[in-house]
Amino acid sequence: MTFRPDHEIHTRRKGRNAGVGLLLLGLIGIVFGLTVVKVLGLTDIRQFEKTDHVARPALEPGALEAAERRAADIAAQAAAEEGE
Amino acid sequence: MTDVTNQTQTHEAQMGDYFALMKPRVMQLVVFTALVGLVVAPIGVNPFIGFVAILCIAVGAGASGALNMWWDADIDAIMKRTVNRPIPSGAVQPGEALAIGLTLSVFAVVLLFLATNPLAAGLLAFTIFFYAVIYSMWLKRSTPQNIVIGGAAGAFPPMIGWAVATGSVSIESVLMFALIFMWTPPHFWALALFVKSDYGDAGVPMLTETHGRTVTRKHILAYCLPLVAVALWLGFTSIGGPFYLLVAVALNIWFLRGCYAIWQRTDADSEADAHAVERRTFVVSIYYLFGHFGALLVEALLRANGLTTWAGW
Repeated sequence: MTFRPDHEIHTRRKGRNAGVGLLLLGLIGIVFGLTVVKVLGLTDIRQFEKTDHVARPALEPGALEAAERRAADIAAQAAAEEGE
Repeated sequence: MTDVTNQTQTHEAQMGDYFALMKPRVMQLVVFTALVGLVVAPIGVNPFIGFVAILCIAVGAGASGALNMWWDADIDAIMKRTVNRPIPSGAVQPGEALAIGLTLSVFAVVLLFLATNPLAAGLLAFTIFFYAVIYSMWLKRSTPQNIVIGGAAGAFPPMIGWAVATGSVSIESVLMFALIFMWTPPHFWALALFVKSDYGDAGVPMLTETHGRTVTRKHILAYCLPLVAVALWLGFTSIGGPFYLLVAVALNIWFLRGCYAIWQRTDADSEADAHAVERRTFVVSIYYLFGHFGALLVEALLRANGLTTWAGW
């Protein structure tokens, strides 16, 4: 396999292409950095699960606490029934 | 296969030409004032988010500069000051400038929205629209008050910086906006009094040419008076303090003296000393703006370190 010699336009656009490459790398760095900062800034890591676009009833405000209360009620009721 | 024959015969735009489209000198002021708006806000911002926000504001300002150059390419080719800009010099095609302006505008607004909040992104979008459409396309060629209303575009960056941190608009950010807004007319008209411009040849109405130089002198003083009030008022808000007030009083006396002297002079006086007072006042106006925003920055640093209590503030 042989390499073809560069066309004159490749030489002429070298600086411009390098500039575009650097800009794209910078953009990747910005998006990555923002992702890191935003994720680390979450007060509750479970909020991150909201980004998977799947309905998560457990993440609704108060839903988890309500479920825990309900579970405690059922356990208490079962214990009371056993006692009887 | 793409035919590159024609491309090899034309001048190839380099990164520097595209960068020049973004008016880097204007961008310096935008970056500095936006940074001050961000830093003096009472709510802290993650440094990386702050960096991205300032970058977005700078790119948005640059994008509006590119759109301005695309729209004004015809008059830029007539005026000596602008004839070497990328489009009239042939380095960049008008269509390229339009594409760059639109792409970077969308990029800057969307990224600012994702990184910060809808208000900051909305203000940036409005600033770009204001400069490119309201100022460049509408007002610049239709009224000698173009400088006054167009100055609003340059006044938004500190308000956007503040909105990035707080997610709101408040009296402090409105006064920072007002400071630049009221400063712009005397700054540019002082320049117009001693620079031989060819705006008239390009069909751009400038106050010095439509209403005369005497009226321009009156306007400079008329805008300077409310400017002083705004600058001092800022010192009594939550971002002001003793250091800012000291600097503001000194700078306002200095600038007001210059504007008053300009108002008192005739064109004969001005030509006799090669526009010495007008030139000096123009230079003072640059120190004036950077001095005020620099003082706000220092005041924020002093406050953060608990060093403003010495004056009982």
